[in-house]
Amino acid sequence: MSKDTTITKADAVPSPRDGASGETLLEVTGLTKHFPIHAGFPIKHKVGAVQAVDGIDLTIHTGESFGLVGESGCGKSTTGRLITRLLEPTGGKISYRGRDITRATRKEMMPVRSEIQMIFQDPYSSLNPRQTVGTIIGGPMEINNINPPGGREQRVRELLETVGLNPEHYNRFPHEFSGGQRQRIGVARALALEPKLIVADEPVSALDVSIQAQVVNLLQKVQAEMGIAFLFIAHDLAIVRHFTQRVAVMYLGKIVEVGDRDSIYNRPRHPYTHALLSAVPEVDIDGEDRERIRLAGDVPSPINPPSGCRFRTRCWKARDVCASEEPPLIQLGGNRDGHLTACHFPEEPTIAAREEDIILDPALAAIEGAAEKTL
Amino acid sequence: MTSQTQAVVTDADDGSIDPAAQTQGLGKQAGDIVGFSPGQLMWRRFKRDRTGVLSAFVVIFFFAIAILAPVISKLYGKDPYTLYGQNNSDLLNEFGYPVAPNGGVSSSFWFGIEPGLGRDVFTQLLYGIRTSLFISVAVTLATVTTAILLGITSGYLGGRADYFIGRVSDLLLAFPSQLFFVAFMPIVVAIFVDPQDETPTYLRVTALIAVQWFLGWMGLSRILRGQVLSLREREFIEAAKVTGASSWRIVRRELLPNLVTPILVQATFMLPGFVTAEAGLSFLGVGIIEPTPDWGRMFAKGGDIAQNDITYMFFPGIAMVIFIVAFNLLGDSVRDAFDPKSGR
Repeated sequence: MSKDTTITKADAVPSPRDGASGETLLEVTGLTKHFPIHAGFPIKHKVGAVQAVDGIDLTIHTGESFGLVGESGCGKSTTGRLITRLLEPTGGKISYRGRDITRATRKEMMPVRSEIQMIFQDPYSSLNPRQTVGTIIGGPMEINNINPPGGREQRVRELLETVGLNPEHYNRFPHEFSGGQRQRIGVARALALEPKLIVADEPVSALDVSIQAQVVNLLQKVQAEMGIAFLFIAHDLAIVRHFTQRVAVMYLGKIVEVGDRDSIYNRPRHPYTHALLSAVPEVDIDGEDRERIRLAGDVPSPINPPSGCRFRTRCWKARDVCASEEPPLIQLGGNRDGHLTACHFPEEPTIAAREEDIILDPALAAIEGAAEKTL
Repeated sequence: MTSQTQAVVTDADDGSIDPAAQTQGLGKQAGDIVGFSPGQLMWRRFKRDRTGVLSAFVVIFFFAIAILAPVISKLYGKDPYTLYGQNNSDLLNEFGYPVAPNGGVSSSFWFGIEPGLGRDVFTQLLYGIRTSLFISVAVTLATVTTAILLGITSGYLGGRADYFIGRVSDLLLAFPSQLFFVAFMPIVVAIFVDPQDETPTYLRVTALIAVQWFLGWMGLSRILRGQVLSLREREFIEAAKVTGASSWRIVRRELLPNLVTPILVQATFMLPGFVTAEAGLSFLGVGIIEPTPDWGRMFAKGGDIAQNDITYMFFPGIAMVIFIVAFNLLGDSVRDAFDPKSGR
């Protein structure tokens, strides 16, 4: 367990890889997913669309772990499902190793299928309760007609050992395992096809905190040993910091900032990234002061998103231009290569405390004001 | 947890196994730990339910005598067609009722003699049960198959297929079923046989199965559609899709095993319903007709002569009550065993 506790000291592991040097594995350009809303009587017709993902670009290199963070409902999971082709994209292009898979049918996907796998969020619904562990992990090999040397059963047992389960659990059923063990089974299933890219959709958020570290370390181990690229979708910033080399921040269906981990965590430019980082509870209270930003309100509806910059309704720096012009995702002066920000009025690249905290929530501001007066 | 308590748990034949139970304490070092499938757990729970086991034995008994009716009647030495009362004038009086008390129950006619024609009640009941159960099982199989096909299709495909199947089943559910059976039995028969000619028995049986099947599948189909709708959003279906599984494989390997519970439970509730429906039709005179022995028709006859020979009604009546109660209790137990969380 001593290794698991390193999660708070994230910067020590893993060594950040220079993203540009790796070969491009997956390239997504202008990816869009709109879910139509049908209503009306007597004839239902399309009255609008939930713009879950609205034109995002991202690139994942071979063997890289790429984090995707954001609030609930910002389109992270939809992005993951679009990349694994569980959902049909409305627009944009997904290319895997230079091969366009945006509209590929199931048959056309077959050769690529085994290379892009997925780990799911809920370990209780991601395993078929009527199948044994052996069937669950061996199923993908059967579908893709993979016959490893020594037989499939032997391979499944090896995989069980790899993910830290007893190979003798081959004939057991999912209900006999705990959440963490189930998630390990899910990892073994994803590994069964020896993929090149794993989309991990909040793989630890349904788990107990004490188990989260174990599963993250397991993922890190398999990533390092097998050189698998990860698209790590999460809302836990600490885990993303621990796990990934590059991070993209999503807000309401768009990527607002992307860059290598140190750049995003230590030199963020987008106000939303600042707010997000400032919301992470601090373990080390004696450490250096961090800035404090408290946003007000909720994420606007993705059915009718704000014009221009989508964050402007909650941004303390918003001006007229933010409503009329959508900021492009560009590299700002003073940022490292590959650190792109979509903001008209970026913040200073620091997370140190400001002269005055930004408290946008009127209730919170009133409470704090009253507390200061009594002092 | 010490190894001893684990051993106790296993020895106690308990269905619930500690998930974290490791190999060490189980004393089964050689070979694998074999987990209990949900089906095996269900079987263990079922075996602990005394009512369920007793009902199962009663139901099995009924099916056994239905299957073995020819053997039993051979050993017994009588058949359901011979007019014993008319061949032997000592058995029936001048009004056509049995001479002996209690409907003519004796060592040679265990359940008595039928008034009028003078047939043996025991073999008639055996063959009657045989006819009724055969028809009911056939209807159950047909409706379950149809319901599985249509229910899974509409649940899994959704969209237009779901809409179409849904409206058809709505339409059929709006039919008053008993009236429909009574009205349509002669029509269905007439489609195949000229009303002037004699209708072969197999055709009547087929028609009975057909009309009951026609209005019988919607309930289970809707239940299965709902189940599929909720199952197909589960992540294990997505996981199968990510590995490239075909729709056929997903239905067969991922969905169907999870639908066994509602199918079995519903089938055990449906079968006794079909038995009574078939009996009702024969009672009303649109089901199986003479001379084929039939459970339901025995009630019709019993009703006619109840004032003078109550014993005749007694045996088929008691048999029917026992069968229906046992089958319904069995259905309850099966449901409890499959889904222990659902309250009684």
